[in-house]
Amino acid sequence: MSISREDVEYVAALARLELTEQETQEYTEQLNSILGYAAMLEKLDTNEVVPTAHAVPLHNVLREDQVASSINHEKALRNAPDGEEGFFRVPRISLT
Amino acid sequence: MESVSIGKSVSELHELLVHKDISSIELTKAYIDRIQTVDPSLQAYLTVLEDEALALAAKVDQKVAQGETLKPLEGIPMALKDNMCTEGIRTSCASKMLENFVPPYNATVTNRLRTAGTILLGKLNMDEFAMGSSTENSYFAKTRNPWNLECVPGGSSGGSAVAVAGDEAAFTLGSDTGGSIRQPAAFCGVVGMKPTYGAVSRLGLIAFASSLDQIGPFTKTVRDNALVMNAIAGYDSLDSTSVPYETPDYTKFLVNDIKGLKIGIPREYFGEGIDPDVAKGIQAGIQTLIDLGAEVAECSLPHTEYAIPAYYLIATAEASSNLARYDGVRYGYRADSNDVLGMFKKTRAEGFGQEVKRRIMLGTYALSSGYYDAYYLKAQKVRTLIKQDFEKAFEKFDVLLSPTAPTPAFKFGEKSADPLAMYLSDITTVPINLAGIPAISIPAGFVNGLPIGMQLMGKAFGEGSLYRVAYTFEQNTNYHTLKPNLSREVLTCGSR
Repeated sequence: MSISREDVEYVAALARLELTEQETQEYTEQLNSILGYAAMLEKLDTNEVVPTAHAVPLHNVLREDQVASSINHEKALRNAPDGEEGFFRVPRISLT
Repeated sequence: MESVSIGKSVSELHELLVHKDISSIELTKAYIDRIQTVDPSLQAYLTVLEDEALALAAKVDQKVAQGETLKPLEGIPMALKDNMCTEGIRTSCASKMLENFVPPYNATVTNRLRTAGTILLGKLNMDEFAMGSSTENSYFAKTRNPWNLECVPGGSSGGSAVAVAGDEAAFTLGSDTGGSIRQPAAFCGVVGMKPTYGAVSRLGLIAFASSLDQIGPFTKTVRDNALVMNAIAGYDSLDSTSVPYETPDYTKFLVNDIKGLKIGIPREYFGEGIDPDVAKGIQAGIQTLIDLGAEVAECSLPHTEYAIPAYYLIATAEASSNLARYDGVRYGYRADSNDVLGMFKKTRAEGFGQEVKRRIMLGTYALSSGYYDAYYLKAQKVRTLIKQDFEKAFEKFDVLLSPTAPTPAFKFGEKSADPLAMYLSDITTVPINLAGIPAISIPAGFVNGLPIGMQLMGKAFGEGSLYRVAYTFEQNTNYHTLKPNLSREVLTCGSR
């Protein structure tokens, strides 16, 4: 399975990354080399194997709902690049 | 003033403080002086908190004056990797993306070390978002190996390892997703523990790969390591992956005796790619343990070669999801653009470095429609096989032993041009994170003047057995007492 330039452009769009021409070329090469190496996994028969998502599986981590203090509005917004009246401000949301 | 106190272990410093041979303020000042002397060359620190540290130290001295008993870590100057949140203190992850991020809350480990009475000296350099094996991926600084300033300190917790090796802190914390505590500990000749997944809270640790990340201590001695674990380990209801488990007093495992203990040597960890001199050094260490009464036998972890591809698919998939939050809206860097989608793309293009973008690309690809089964799901199944390898080995053995890293520290730039070559150097550390088990790296000798590390691996929540073997090895060797030469001449030469 080899990765084309178009694949890289598609994945970059999914990941919301604007790539330069040089990055597109480099990532195409490097992803091919890394995924080419990963192809060795195909040698293993894993049809009967259950996947592991977490090494120490925990189930239903639940607790009673409790009222506790939380970070206040002003503090939560302090790191925002742009904000106004308790909101985060972003540029125009364009559909084009 | 170069104080005689710095360079001592945490337990020695505690005695000095208790007996009023030194005040906490004097000790803190000595470390600040040391940082000012050596850090222009070593560059372990991204932030130094002189005033804050001295204010905390003054409080400890007040307690001493009032005759109160000091806790084991009270008044001890330490530092944190810059991916652990510190309220009101910049936490950058060594990324342009978080260059100005000041967390509104503390990580659980930050709180626990504060409660333990430690003095926070500052925040330490690392590979950007903990992605790397050399700390060369930091946006801010190039941290140098104290044993040879032309070599990398390892990574991603390079600053944490160097601060301890260079006597710039009595202990530090790092984080380990695929070896990021153990490999730099080996490269810098200090003790580094990656605890069992779920043993130390991840709340406030800026996420890289959530099913693999774990915080642990860097120290000069095994005893110090156990003391720091006592302070940071334990259940945290604010981390849903924290394991409800009664934490032992880790110091009770510090006995100088391993008679009859069964140690397995996985042959795959001594194969292709392992520097013969490193293998020879570790073999000598094994002989020492045999002489001390351990029962040693070879064993096999047959799926080891599949660990690197499985790890790099799982870790990058989780990273691509975790790092989706950096969109220039709520915190972090923002690039200018007329519309919101352009702002997202430019923000991420300009805010992230090359390695981070490469991993986001790889992870997004592995999770994308049509490739999920072939890559991500396949990797998770292989993770099961790797975990089972360890479970089988631990039916016969108490502890497994290997080199921590295939080579000693390498030179700057030696591997940074070829990402795959850099990934392959993690072969001895990533299987442990996939299995979620604990592992410690301890100083085990030198190759060409550079330290090498011995890695001990244990069962889940078997940190105690690791401390027992590590302590016994340490009490019968002198590697941990040797120090790098950081004389004025060496430092001036290195900072040219």
